[in-house]
Amino acid sequence: MKLSDAAEYLRTYNGRELRLMEVCGTHTAGIRQNGIPSMLSEKIHLVTGPGCPVCVTVTQYIDRLTELSQDDRNVIVTFGDLLRVPGSSISLEQARSRGADIRYVYSPMDVLRLADEDKDHDYIFAAVGFETTAPVYAALLAEAEEKKIYNLRLLTSLKTMPEAIQRVSDGIDGFLAPGHVAVITGTGDYRELAQKLGIPFVISGFEGEELIAALYALVLLAEKGDAVCLNMYTRAVSDQGNEKAREAVDRFFTGGDAAWRGLGVIPGSGLYLREEYGKYDQGSRDITQDKEPAGCRCSDVITGRLTSLDCPLYGKTCTPEHPVGACMVSAEGSCFNTYRNMNISEQK
Amino acid sequence: MDRIERSHGSGGVATSQLIESIFREAFSNEFLNGLTDAAVLPGAKRLAYTTDSYVVRPIFFRGGDIGRLAVCGTVNDLLTSGAKPAYITAGYILEEGLATDDLRKVAASMADAAFEAGVYIVTGDTKVVEPADPKAPGLMINTSGIGFLSDTTHVDPSRIQTGDAVIVSGSLGDHHAAILSERMNIQNDICSDAAPLGDMVEKLFDSGLHIHAMRDVTRGGLATILYELAHSANVHIYIEEKDLPISQDVAGFAGLLGLDPLYMGNEGKMVFLLPGEEAERAVDLIRHSRYGENAAIIGCVKAESSGTVVHTAIGGTRVLAPLVGEGLPRIC
Repeated sequence: MKLSDAAEYLRTYNGRELRLMEVCGTHTAGIRQNGIPSMLSEKIHLVTGPGCPVCVTVTQYIDRLTELSQDDRNVIVTFGDLLRVPGSSISLEQARSRGADIRYVYSPMDVLRLADEDKDHDYIFAAVGFETTAPVYAALLAEAEEKKIYNLRLLTSLKTMPEAIQRVSDGIDGFLAPGHVAVITGTGDYRELAQKLGIPFVISGFEGEELIAALYALVLLAEKGDAVCLNMYTRAVSDQGNEKAREAVDRFFTGGDAAWRGLGVIPGSGLYLREEYGKYDQGSRDITQDKEPAGCRCSDVITGRLTSLDCPLYGKTCTPEHPVGACMVSAEGSCFNTYRNMNISEQK
Repeated sequence: MDRIERSHGSGGVATSQLIESIFREAFSNEFLNGLTDAAVLPGAKRLAYTTDSYVVRPIFFRGGDIGRLAVCGTVNDLLTSGAKPAYITAGYILEEGLATDDLRKVAASMADAAFEAGVYIVTGDTKVVEPADPKAPGLMINTSGIGFLSDTTHVDPSRIQTGDAVIVSGSLGDHHAAILSERMNIQNDICSDAAPLGDMVEKLFDSGLHIHAMRDVTRGGLATILYELAHSANVHIYIEEKDLPISQDVAGFAGLLGLDPLYMGNEGKMVFLLPGEEAERAVDLIRHSRYGENAAIIGCVKAESSGTVVHTAIGGTRVLAPLVGEGLPRIC
């Protein structure tokens, strides 16, 4: 089968209407950057799910970081994307312009150096992410232990995917399973989910060709009603996943309930520092509320109830320059990616 | 005098010594050497005039430094109007504690770039301020530039026409990737492309080609520049993704960080729009000029309403928006 045949099939597909969801921010960006929405039949609807770690982070978490930043002894360290996410009153970027010490790094490991060089301050890292990022935080903590760096704490907002997928699966005919997550977790979770939900899952890579091939397979499986999980990212994903990474995570973290923006608290969908490493925890378990800024419809976008273009705020009061919600901020957010890489027919 | 001190900005003896020993030493020319408050220059009827400030960190990076950038950026801005760059001014904001050797290196690099670009640095100013980060004192530079235009030269986005070809003079994203690599301590071979582009522009003009518009690809990347050109000329610009020159190193780097090379800046690349039938000749001339070996025809101008559309390598299309916010990497 050639790629052009798969693309032609997707372009001319005339079976039942299908709603297919991707739940990985890198897939969201890849789909948009490759112009894939312009290549699909009108009967295939791509829906973005809760796969962007910044977008599913609750407002209470941003507010808590802002609050911590008001203490002169604290330095808040975060990924760049989080800076511009609106809190209930201000964003971290605004807090920084008012004098709070808030830095952004590209790699979590950078915070070790910062904390080690400046023992007079406490460094609080905003540790957001999914199963993919958790091993990096585990490595960070292992090194902090070894180097006896104790002026470092994490405010975690770590989440696991399978429980959230179940929560948003109503009306979805198939999932592009998250490729990076599966590198760590293996394929087991998605085989179980496919069976339990009665819909197909395809684990996909991130290149344009890989996404087209995966969507082609997903449409075929969905049409046949074949509720299996197909791994089409075998160059990176094995059935058993990365056991070493999981062991490292397991050393420091344990499961718990987690609050998702737009989805509320989902039992067993979070990772928290174990009690014996409590000295590194900045009270992460206290983040339990999911309350959005006034007027924000991110919750509907994250759960696939609303496309970015249908959101009444999109492109009007909510733009990348003046975001109302997290989906318009993150490079992996549905709205940001739609805004930057529109389909021609979507242009207003 | 190992480090810059407050007195170097006082306007007194120390300032004079600094100017004499570093700037006049590096830039020496007939217009500057009198060190008058204003340089007196022979002129022409039509001038191009521009200014830009340079605040890059780190001040030295693979492929260049803040000084080379400050000259090349202003020279290239002048070129985009069709002007021949002639004179540059340089205003320095030095941070207290800056190593004098570093300043000397920056000045030498500016002198090299100015020599290559055929411009004189004719007047300047120096101030000293408290460092933002006392552990790493740096400097900022403002340059302005004057270039001359003939009566018949008219290069302006409003001249863009349906049927024009879009040419980019080389690979995208190099400067952005080099700076980000330095900041993130990532080891790779990516170098900044900071360069004065007079040679290729001169070759195109000398050969009698009809350049409708030119833009240097800087902050915001090619996507932002094409968006602005399309909107100011009210045309649709179509780009073929597979024809975009992007080095393997930059493509890999961008992929790793979730960046899009279309939004990554350069400091030594020019976009040309000129009649489609002249495109092959133009790209050949650019490829045989300095810094133009990877030039490519990447698209064309169609009528319709304003905007930029990319035909993706796998056969899709997407509309390009300008860069908003900062291009920050993804996190998982």
